[in-house]
Amino acid sequence: MASLNSTEQQRGISVSVQNLTKTYGKNKEVLAVDSVSFEVKKGELFGLIGPDGAGKTSIFRMLTTLLFPDSGSATVDGFDIVKDYRQIRNTVGYMPGRFSLYQDLTIAENLHFFATLFGTTVEENYHLIKDIYVQIEKFKTRRAGKLSGGMKQKLALCCALIHKPTVLFLDEPTTGVDPVSRKEFWEMLKRLKEQEISIVVSTPYMDEATMCDRIALIQGGKILSLDTPDNIIGAYPDTLFAVRSNNMYDLLRTLPQYENIKAHYAFGEFAHVSFKSGNASDLEKFLKQKGLSGIETKTVVPNIEDAFIKMLQS
Amino acid sequence: MKTILFLIQKEFRQIFRDKAILVITFVVPTIQFLLLPFAANYEVKNVNLSVVDHDRSDMSQELISKVTGSGYFKLVSYDESYDQAYKNIESDASDVVLEIPKGFEKNLIKEDHEELFVAVNAINGSKAGLGSSYLLQIISNYNNDIRVETGSSSGNVAPQIDVASSNWFNIHMNYKLYFVPGILALLVTLVGGFQTALNIVKEKEIGTIEQINVTPIKKHHFIIAKLLPFWVLANVVFTVGLFLAWLVYGITSEGNVFVMYTFIALYLFVALGFGLLVSTFCETQQQAMLIMFFFMLIFILLGGLFTPIDSMPAWAKTVSRFNPMRYLVEVMRMVMLKGSSLHNILPHFAIVLGLGIFLNGWAVLNYRKTN
Repeated sequence: MASLNSTEQQRGISVSVQNLTKTYGKNKEVLAVDSVSFEVKKGELFGLIGPDGAGKTSIFRMLTTLLFPDSGSATVDGFDIVKDYRQIRNTVGYMPGRFSLYQDLTIAENLHFFATLFGTTVEENYHLIKDIYVQIEKFKTRRAGKLSGGMKQKLALCCALIHKPTVLFLDEPTTGVDPVSRKEFWEMLKRLKEQEISIVVSTPYMDEATMCDRIALIQGGKILSLDTPDNIIGAYPDTLFAVRSNNMYDLLRTLPQYENIKAHYAFGEFAHVSFKSGNASDLEKFLKQKGLSGIETKTVVPNIEDAFIKMLQS
Repeated sequence: MKTILFLIQKEFRQIFRDKAILVITFVVPTIQFLLLPFAANYEVKNVNLSVVDHDRSDMSQELISKVTGSGYFKLVSYDESYDQAYKNIESDASDVVLEIPKGFEKNLIKEDHEELFVAVNAINGSKAGLGSSYLLQIISNYNNDIRVETGSSSGNVAPQIDVASSNWFNIHMNYKLYFVPGILALLVTLVGGFQTALNIVKEKEIGTIEQINVTPIKKHHFIIAKLLPFWVLANVVFTVGLFLAWLVYGITSEGNVFVMYTFIALYLFVALGFGLLVSTFCETQQQAMLIMFFFMLIFILLGGLFTPIDSMPAWAKTVSRFNPMRYLVEVMRMVMLKGSSLHNILPHFAIVLGLGIFLNGWAVLNYRKTN
C-alpha cells in the first residue's frame, strides 16, 4: 500500500484506522480501545469479532463520529473522523446494536424519514433495499415498535442503506435474532457487497466470522489477529483432537492431569485437545487408567473459534 | 427550511399518534382549569365561633347578633366559661372564642371603656388571621355605633377618620378573577416546558438521537423542530384557556388580547428553553420529570400565584426575580384585570427576553457538549 499515491489510496481504501485509542472514566482508567489500527478496502466485508466488552461498539461510535478518540486517527472515505465529521455523516450508514428507529412511526414512515434527512427519496435508492424491503413490505403500515426482532433488523438495515452509503457500519446486527433470520441477514450483506458498499460489521458469534472477507479478532480493546478467516485458521499451529467419553464432566476434570497436554477446552459435545508431545492413543490409555469409559478420539480441522481461543490463551 | 418543516411534520405526527400525550396536553389542563379556581379560594367563610357571655345584657346580645349576622361566623356553642369554650378549640369544633366580661354594658355606658377577649385557633393560619380580623372589624364597627348613640348624651365623641376602601380592578374582590389568569399561566408553562424536556429526553432514551446524529441534519434544525410544535401547542392551550375563562367564569380581558399573545410568544421561548436545558442534563424521562417537578414547584410557589411576592422574605423575593412564571402571572393579571397595554409591560418583556437568551444559550452550549 505504501507505494500507492494518496488518491489511489483513497480509491482503494474505505476506512483507515491508525492507533485509535479511547478511554472512559474520570481518570481515563477504563481503556476501551487500545491503539487499534486496521484498514478496510473498498467493497470489503470486514468483521470485528470479539466477546462482549471487547471495544467493538466504541470503535464503531468513533468511526461514525459519535465519539471523539483520545488519540490516534481514522479516516472514512478519506475524511478525518474529527475534522470532517460532517462529510462522514453524509456518506456512512450506521446501524447501532440497539434498535433505535422511531417505534411510533410505521415502517414506511421511518424509511421515508431517513431518506428525506439525507436529501434523497425512497424511490431513488429503492434498488439497494429492494431484496430486503420486499420481505417487510406487507407490514409497511405497522409501527416499528410492533415488529418482531428479525423484521426490526431488516427495517434498520433498510434505513441505514436508503441514502446509498459508501460505508455501512453494522454493530452486532444479528444479536438477539433467530438463526434463520441471522442466516438471511448475512446473505443480504453478501449481496450488498456487490453494490460496491464497504461493510464493517461486528459480532460476538464465531460462526459468522467466516462469512467476512477479513476479520479482526478483538479482546480487551486490542486486535489479536487480523487476516482472512482462512489464513487465521490456517495459521493454527497445532494438531487438534476431539475427545469424547461417556462422562464428559470427569473427562474435563481428568484432562489437565495428563502431563503432555498443551490446551484443552469443551467444544460442543467434544473436548478439543492439543499436545506438547505424544499422541491420541497415549491419551486414550491414560484416560482408561483413570477409569473413564467410552473414549473416542479423532483429529479435527480447527475452526475460527479454536483459533480465537488459542489466541486468548497465549 | 425544508428539513425543518419535514422534522416538524414528524414531531406533530408523533404527538398526535400518542393518545396519552394528547390527553395530557389538552384534557388534563382543561379539567384543572375548571376545578382549581373553585377550590383555591382565599375567602374565609363559616368560621366556627364559641361565645362566652358573662354579661348577658342587651348590649352583649346585640354584639353577638352583629357578629353572627355578618355571614362569616357560625355560632357553634354558647358556653358558660372560657375553659369550656377552650375545650371546643381543642377538639377543633370552634376556631374563635369571643369572651364578653361581666358588666360589659354597665362599664361601657358608665366608664365609656371596656375590654373584650378574643382567642383564635391558629392551626389553620389563614383562617385564624382572616377570622380574627373580621371579628375585630365587626367589633370596632359596633364600638363606633355605640359611641354615636351614647356620645350624643355625654358629648365627648372622639374625632375619628373613616376609611372607605374600594378594590380597584377587581371591585368585588372576586378571587376567581385573580386566580384564573394565574392558573392559565401555570398551564402554559406545563405544556411548554415539561413536554419539551420529556420529548427530547425520550429520543435519548430510545436511542433515536444517535441515529439522528449520524445524519447530516444540523443540530439547530433538530432543536427548532423539537421546540416549535410545543410552542404551537402551548398557544393552543392558552387559547382554549381564554375561551373557558370567558365561558365558565365570565372573565374577559380588559386589555388587548394580542398584547397577551405577544407576551406568551416570548414567554414560551423561556419555558421551552428551560425544558431544553433540563433535557441536556437528563438521560431518562424519569430524571427529567423529577427535575421539572422540582422547579415547577418553585416557579409556582415563588411566582406570586398563590401568595403575594410582596409578603415574602427578602431571599424569596430575590429568587422570584429570576422566576419567569412570576412575570407571566403579573402580565396576565395586568392585561386581563387592569387593561395594561404593551407600553406598560415593557419592563417584563425586557426581563423575560433576558431570561430566554440566558436559558436557551446555556441549553444550546450544553447540548453541543453532551452530544
